Amino acid sequence: MTILKNTARSIGFAALVAGMMTTTLANAADTIKVGILHSLSGTMAISETTLKDAMLMLIEEQNKKGGLLGQQLEAVVVDPASDWPLFAEKARELLDVHKVAAVFGNWTSVSRKSVLPVFAELNGILFYPVQYEGEESQRNVFYTGAAPNQQAIPAVDYLLANEEVERWVLAGTDYVYPRTTNKILEAYLKSKGVADEDIMINYTPFGHSDWQTIVSDIKAFGSEGKKTAVVSTINGDANVPFYKELGNQGISATDIPVVAFSVGEEELAGLDTEPLVGHLAAWNYFQSVDTEENATFIETWKAFTGDENRVTNDPMEAHYIGFNMWVKAVEKAGTTDVDTVIDEIVGVAVPNLSGGYSAMMPNHHITKPVLIGEIQADGQFEIVERTNGLVAGDAWSDYLPDSAKLISDWRKPLSCGNFNVETSTCGGKGS
Amino acid sequence: MQHLIRFLIALLIVPLLITGVSAQTDPRSLIDAMAAGNLKARAAQIEALAAIGDAKTVPALQALSDGALYFRKSDKKVFIAQKSGKDFDLFDPLTAENIGTVPKGSVSKVRVNNSLRRLIRSVIGTLTLLSPDPQVRIAAAQTIFKTGDPDSLEALDRALVQEKAPDVRSAMELARASVILKSDSTDADKIAAIGLIQKGDGREAIPLLNEFAAQSDGPVSAAANKAIVEIEKTIALWDIGQTVWYGISLGSVLLLAAIGLAVTFGVMGVINMAHGEMVMLGAYTTYVVQEIIRNGYPGLFDYSLALALPLAFLVSGSCGFVMERTIIRFLYGRPLETLLATWGVSLILQQTIRTIFGSTNKEVGNPTWMSGAYELGGLTLTANRLWIVVFALFVFAALFVVLKKTGFGLQMRAVTQNRKMASSMGIRTPWVDALTFALGSGIAGIAGVALSQIANVSPNLGQNYIIDSFMVVVFGGVGNLWGTLIGALTLGVANKFLEPFAGAVLAKILILVFIILFIQKRPRGLFALKGRAVEA
Repeated sequence: MTILKNTARSIGFAALVAGMMTTTLANAADTIKVGILHSLSGTMAISETTLKDAMLMLIEEQNKKGGLLGQQLEAVVVDPASDWPLFAEKARELLDVHKVAAVFGNWTSVSRKSVLPVFAELNGILFYPVQYEGEESQRNVFYTGAAPNQQAIPAVDYLLANEEVERWVLAGTDYVYPRTTNKILEAYLKSKGVADEDIMINYTPFGHSDWQTIVSDIKAFGSEGKKTAVVSTINGDANVPFYKELGNQGISATDIPVVAFSVGEEELAGLDTEPLVGHLAAWNYFQSVDTEENATFIETWKAFTGDENRVTNDPMEAHYIGFNMWVKAVEKAGTTDVDTVIDEIVGVAVPNLSGGYSAMMPNHHITKPVLIGEIQADGQFEIVERTNGLVAGDAWSDYLPDSAKLISDWRKPLSCGNFNVETSTCGGKGS
Repeated sequence: MQHLIRFLIALLIVPLLITGVSAQTDPRSLIDAMAAGNLKARAAQIEALAAIGDAKTVPALQALSDGALYFRKSDKKVFIAQKSGKDFDLFDPLTAENIGTVPKGSVSKVRVNNSLRRLIRSVIGTLTLLSPDPQVRIAAAQTIFKTGDPDSLEALDRALVQEKAPDVRSAMELARASVILKSDSTDADKIAAIGLIQKGDGREAIPLLNEFAAQSDGPVSAAANKAIVEIEKTIALWDIGQTVWYGISLGSVLLLAAIGLAVTFGVMGVINMAHGEMVMLGAYTTYVVQEIIRNGYPGLFDYSLALALPLAFLVSGSCGFVMERTIIRFLYGRPLETLLATWGVSLILQQTIRTIFGSTNKEVGNPTWMSGAYELGGLTLTANRLWIVVFALFVFAALFVVLKKTGFGLQMRAVTQNRKMASSMGIRTPWVDALTFALGSGIAGIAGVALSQIANVSPNLGQNYIIDSFMVVVFGGVGNLWGTLIGALTLGVANKFLEPFAGAVLAKILILVFIILFIQKRPRGLFALKGRAVEA
């Protein structure tokens, strides 16, 4: 009985709160709300806090230009605290309670997977700014980070062509992004004629700190006379001790270069980069890109954060592109209505920071250039290679047998994220 | 007609080529040429420069490899540049004469990449065989050993004649053997060379011998194959030693992380979830000390850790003291509440650090004496790991002495074993509790100084170690310092022996499963504490 009474009371309370909410909403109707869903505490705070700041800056800049559709933009920041189920709850809060027009957020793949059903159910828009494993295309999600063919494959091509690498170590943290990326890379390398015994795959737990055995294994693997390289999908914090161990065991980039997909300017900030000079990273943007747009962006960023030493990185550029695409699509549509914007944004092209235009493709991925950079002593990257023209993000990898049959096109009449071209049905499953 | 045109074109081109070639033998103009051209053109420029065979060009090539070669934008002259503040000091690439200081914007770096660095390393190999620095000579010999370039035989022989230092000599002889294998010497010479390479060390010899064995036949090939087998045998032996060392090193890290907990949890029985944050505070203290030194007294950088140690002990210790006085003392005998309260404290500390220092990793540098590695036979001992092993044992010994040989240690043990009796003997038990907790936290702080050398200094630092710390203390036996030492080393070595077979992820799981089973069998850990405290 008491339980019942309590429930009744809490329902009443909820109704009261909801009533208050609607009044505040009515007052704030003259702004367009933009949701920011990045962890501000917990493990991922290290990477995601920066993106929250970048979004606040972009929104502030847009408001200085007069806002959007004659209205000011208002950022709604929530903290999912690096807790994957909490991401879904916070996404629901943004869409249901705050009625945001679009959400910019997530970093890890597992957090993205956890919010997908929420965005489908409540019909929201999510811009996802981080390089990921591909094998996904959702109507409500726009992937502004790199798909594997916009980062991993060009990086391997660079090593094949320029460093003449014959043996490969695929080292990664043990979760979905490295596992899928390595699956794709393994298939790709084999298609290039690399033998089984010339590929070594190694997974380590999150935050792995004792790299002695693995680094000495890599050293032994690389000392058999064939040029060896490491392709690293090691995530986040584990990179620092990994590179330190490489340096200490005397493995230099000229002997065994490491090309990393998760190491950017931000990660290098916590590291003495002297022993790492020459190791590589593949991204779609580096702070050292020499263009006018980038110079302005860096200047605005430093002014916004009030810190001369703050660096910019690739996922920030992804948000820059995604945000501007959304703004342009909303202007084109004349409304922030989700369905209209999802239809209008395909084909929208906005300048990226590396001196060109990025366009939204029908599969909700974007076109970007791919850059390969070498780590410099000052923690920046020297760009040593740049793809000719732009690479369009491929949702389904061509190198996995089951995924190769799938295409994604969200334009009418197909409107399908996983269309199987062999059976001509929507709803195919990837590898 | 066509012939005539060709002839005319040839007439036009030949003088161009000749002037081109004659201009290209002067090292200075060759160096200055590097101000122009892309990375692909640079390979030819480097080779042209090396073809002169003049040791004077080595500093410029080395600077190019190190990324210290710059050109002046105004006149495209190339210099070796050294950063001084925001400006650059320029030096002549050939004479090393100081040209003067210029602002950063007026010079631009001569670009270089990995394959060019490799090229430079191989071309300066022969040129630096006569360098006055023995380390450089060894490096040169090792490069030749790897490339086995037959053209360097003469240079090697010349260098060997006047070489006095025994370690350089042996490196050069190895290099010479490698060159002989690739040249067309007699079989007897080659077999002698194989013998020499076999006696020399290591893995690098295997690909060389493999390649050679595949190319040749008869007695030479047999000798090479035999040498490979012998080398592999030696390597296998060293590998076991190496794994043991890695295990000890991992064990020492576990020991450091756990030793403070051995006091707070082991001796006092407080389930302290904020232990990891004490370690983190120590690491951040190191960061702050290094920042101050970097900005004010760069010369003291090598002593930064020594300065950070007492400070970290004080910071973490006083933090622990405050924690005990304000929270934990009200919760003695209520383990669940203690667990929750200390966990709350850990979150508060993490977020505080995040608010003050930001969520990004902080750079904590290694002092020079903690960088690099020592070679001991076939073992590679990295300096930072070596010092951490030494340090962990030192901390253990120091704590042991405090507990067993000092008055405070005596009081501490008395309070743990029989609180009431200790109290009636006139020991102020609340103060002993507070100081014990402060001691445990302070030790966690100095562990943080050491761990900052190998791990990330971020607000999450502590979380990575808290589980491992509890694991070690529980496994070793609650309340027993020796148990913590043996426990940490056993787990470290076991982990490292499992890793090659099972992979890093599975190895960790297997260790956990093992501990769970072990605790089933011996609930009080490796070294169970006997006596009154156990029954109480």
